[in-house]
Amino acid sequence: MERYSGFSLFKHAFSHHENWQKAWHSPAPKPSYDVVIVGGGGHGLATAYYLAKQHGITRVAVLEKGYLGGGNTGRNTTIVRSNYLWDEAARLYDHSLSLWQGLSQELNYNVMFSQRGVLNVGHNLQDMRDIERRVNANRLNGIDAEVLDTKAVKELVPIINDSPNIRYPVHGASWQASGGVARHDAVAWGYARAANSLGVDLIQQCEVTGIRRQAGAVVGVETNLGFIAAAKVACVVAGSSGVMAAHADIRLPLESYPLQALVSEPIKPVLDTVVMSNAVHAYVSQSDKGDLVIGAGIDTYNGYGQRGSFQIIEHTVSAICELFPVFSRVRMNRSWGGVVDISPDACPIISKTMIKGLYFNCGWGTGGFKATPGSGHVFAHTIAKDQAHPIAAPFNLDRFNTGHLIDEHGAAAVAH
Amino acid sequence: MLQIYCPYCQELREETEFSYSGEAHIARPLEPQQLTDAQWADYLFFRTNPRGIHHEMWYHASGCRRYFNATRNTQTYEIYETYPLGQQPALTCDIGGKR
Repeated sequence: MERYSGFSLFKHAFSHHENWQKAWHSPAPKPSYDVVIVGGGGHGLATAYYLAKQHGITRVAVLEKGYLGGGNTGRNTTIVRSNYLWDEAARLYDHSLSLWQGLSQELNYNVMFSQRGVLNVGHNLQDMRDIERRVNANRLNGIDAEVLDTKAVKELVPIINDSPNIRYPVHGASWQASGGVARHDAVAWGYARAANSLGVDLIQQCEVTGIRRQAGAVVGVETNLGFIAAAKVACVVAGSSGVMAAHADIRLPLESYPLQALVSEPIKPVLDTVVMSNAVHAYVSQSDKGDLVIGAGIDTYNGYGQRGSFQIIEHTVSAICELFPVFSRVRMNRSWGGVVDISPDACPIISKTMIKGLYFNCGWGTGGFKATPGSGHVFAHTIAKDQAHPIAAPFNLDRFNTGHLIDEHGAAAVAH
Repeated sequence: MLQIYCPYCQELREETEFSYSGEAHIARPLEPQQLTDAQWADYLFFRTNPRGIHHEMWYHASGCRRYFNATRNTQTYEIYETYPLGQQPALTCDIGGKR
């Protein structure tokens, strides 16, 4: 695989940039693999990359029913942070944040990771108490976090409405300076390119329609391109996890909901950080292109349609306009939805299952993008060793039986 | 936005009048202390989550304030029927999940 560099850019200028290698190949599936990964989103591609890179397992196929990164990877609001309340979650997301920091170099692909800081705004006394508790927990876990008062928030974000007379006044915020945003598509493309160059097969337009088992162990997957044998099958399919689990006759503690986001027309730079509000359920940042990237909430009812209810967007936009009156006349360009799999404790499931050789990485709900590198890294270890990575161990499927839940609902600084 | 027919009010009303209450027909175990941890977890946390036909509970919050069930397609969002609590659905063909 040709490396991207300043020199290669210069060299290709002479041929009018018409001779760049394809970033990855699209082969026909082989009859068998050591590991088949179902789902070609960021998490699945990262898993494939770390399997090949860290564990030397290169007879790996990633099966994607649509196109790479076309699901939630390409539909989220690209926020990266690790300021989670509980130790287990903080370790997982901070592991991910540390991988984000060297990711562009590691993949030789610019994922545009920009540590512009993340604000989680509090609107009342209880919000601020929760924020202080969470910030203290974060600092004990070595995560950079601070509590800011209204004045400090206003200094960071001059366009925010700091009037005490609005419905949800800004009483302060938590601030994680090492948080930020990344280019979501580039993360999928970067992992895809790097995994492919290590020998991983990326097979698109390949839908898994069944998981074949023999004597309690996985032997392969049925697909629209025929049967593919595999000793290990790893499902990383977010909102479709329930469907995949039904193929294997197991049940998961998940429900799928549409989550919406929207972007505005591009405007001049006006917001150089990420502002999130738990209480009014709105978050906003500005992309390098200039569009405001706005995240809304999930629908109240289960759904597999990649679209959401209009009143959810209306609610979010009215909150954004109250917080940022300057945005009230910005026109919105596009809105869309992705199907997220919500677990009862708002934490992921990174786990072996009762079926030998079948692994699930799911339940990331509304906040999986930030975890992409860490999720892939610990899941690859779990698959390769057939034993949970120490960071992934608390996120096993059995926690719903034992009661060792990691309750990040609300505590994770954003309502799920 | 969904248009939901309330079987009590017998009117087609907008989704925002209702609130969703999750999967229907999950009976509370009569003797919880007799269950294993796995059975209790299944009752508490594990759901069918089908892509296709789903039986679910709704609450007419801004109307009669009563609970009822609906059979809805989670992919097309078509609502096939609504029926009072205690009744069985007319449509039970499971497409996505098994129970």
